Amino acid sequence: MIRLFSGDGPRSTILALILIVIGLALAFAPFLFPGVRALETAARICIFVVLAASYDLLLGYTGIVSFAHTMFFGLGAYGVALASTHMGRGFTALGVGTLAGLAAAVALALVIGLFSLRVRAIFFAMITLAVASAVTVLASQLSAVTGGEDGLVYQIPRALGPAMRLDREIAGVTITGKILNYYVVFAISLVLFLLMLRIVNSPFGRVLQAIRENDFRAEAIGYRVVRYRVTATCLSAGFAALAGSLWAIWLRYVGPGTTLSFEIMLDILLMVVIGGMGTIWGAALGATLMVLAQSYLQNLMALAAGATEALPILSRLLDPDRWLLWLGVLFILSVYFFPTGIVGRLRARAAR
Amino acid sequence: MSEPILKLEGIETDIGRYHILSGVDLEMPRGQVTMLLGRNGVGKTTTLRSVIGHWRAKSGRILFDGQDITRMPTPAIARMGLGFVPEDMGIFSDLTVEENMTLAAASGPLSPKRRDRIFAAFPPLATFWRAPAGTLSGGQKQMLSIARAMAEERRLYLIDEPTKGLAPAIVSTMAAALRELKREGASILLVEQNFAVARALGDRAAVMEGGRIVWTGAMAELATDAKLQSRLLGLSVEGV
Repeated sequence: MIRLFSGDGPRSTILALILIVIGLALAFAPFLFPGVRALETAARICIFVVLAASYDLLLGYTGIVSFAHTMFFGLGAYGVALASTHMGRGFTALGVGTLAGLAAAVALALVIGLFSLRVRAIFFAMITLAVASAVTVLASQLSAVTGGEDGLVYQIPRALGPAMRLDREIAGVTITGKILNYYVVFAISLVLFLLMLRIVNSPFGRVLQAIRENDFRAEAIGYRVVRYRVTATCLSAGFAALAGSLWAIWLRYVGPGTTLSFEIMLDILLMVVIGGMGTIWGAALGATLMVLAQSYLQNLMALAAGATEALPILSRLLDPDRWLLWLGVLFILSVYFFPTGIVGRLRARAAR
Repeated sequence: MSEPILKLEGIETDIGRYHILSGVDLEMPRGQVTMLLGRNGVGKTTTLRSVIGHWRAKSGRILFDGQDITRMPTPAIARMGLGFVPEDMGIFSDLTVEENMTLAAASGPLSPKRRDRIFAAFPPLATFWRAPAGTLSGGQKQMLSIARAMAEERRLYLIDEPTKGLAPAIVSTMAAALRELKREGASILLVEQNFAVARALGDRAAVMEGGRIVWTGAMAELATDAKLQSRLLGLSVEGV
């Protein structure tokens, strides 16, 4: 098991338990939590775990701040959407779209990296911001190609759609194409996650960490820092694009709001920071918590508001419409109490 | 006499607006320990950093084993066999001692023979082999920093103030390790403020003043001439 995790286990009993619960819940989500909304949430968690982990590869392990991560995510998603639109529904279209999105993301990351990582890291952050904004504008303006603000709606293979039903029930749940689709998302996300864990724990990952801590020292030992930074940028972009392709396969819709928006970029940043930078596990935890909060905080608050109906001010504060306020409060508290992220905090506790 | 392992010709280096080195000339004989001495702020660290390419010399030439490295990128210089131990130690504190050593052996795996030698010179590194380097004490971090330079065969070592701020017992461990390196015939350029250590280790000495080298000669000569010391280094009492 530890070998599967590349020797980098959770290293904290509490963390291990939480992660086991998350893993099992995701693995059996269609059977444990019936309903469309629960399955949507589970798929979203899988994909955002990969997306946040790929961002952590850059931010946490290499110490590079990028604002273009949603752009790479979007490239993967639009790749699948465009291929499915033009080639018609089919697995070939999914494959071609995924590969095209991946290639575009890696190539763009290579160009941006070579262009800006030679100088200071802050320059890279600004360049990514500029390029990402430009791509977002392009995606919404080139409506003939991208569908503009409306985005693209397309069909995916019948086997993965909700209309397909197997004449079989497992544990009382009818197996639909949507459930198969979920397991495609789950399985690929799991493989990608383990692959990233492998990368950060490889000698290559150690060099990245060394560069993050003291880039000049890493150079003085003989490592070409620019080359490593660019490689990390390309890897991170590639994983983000793959997450985007999964997202497109799952949603059957791609638009600027669901892939390229700056809100998603901030979400990813928060997932990584709350979970714990520089620990791929933290990305998993952060993404899960964040997606759960986004999906269910409103319901929870509706319950709370109902329960406190008699109290004048409190029930107004707990009104479901105020959910963003409470989400903000939760973030501030978590960053205040866990500056090293939840994983950092739990590991520090376990080490004592 | 064979070609010098390191030769600086008229090196001038600016850091930002400040003119730090104004024409450093130095020839370092092969297989010897050359002490780079001088008061604080005369440019000793900048000289080392100009060699490794952290600060770029704006004029002059640096020859490493006969090859011009003045404009070479830092990683390429390092891979030519130059081990650099910076003043701030620059250990990777998030990584374990083992990982620090593995990274330092950039051209291949750390050989067991070398590892054993390093353990013999610095026993605490064996004890804390799998601990994060950030948890080491100051002296142990300095040991790790030097051990990293020893992780591979190097043609030249540049070591910046290895005994700075260390307890006397650790200073002697450090001095013993450097003496061991010297016995193996390593060429070392060593910046050292502790004159007792400098005297014990150095074959030759080069004294800097105001961004250039003002005196070079045998360490023994400097060590026995109190007047010279006081003039060059401001040492009033011999051996301080």
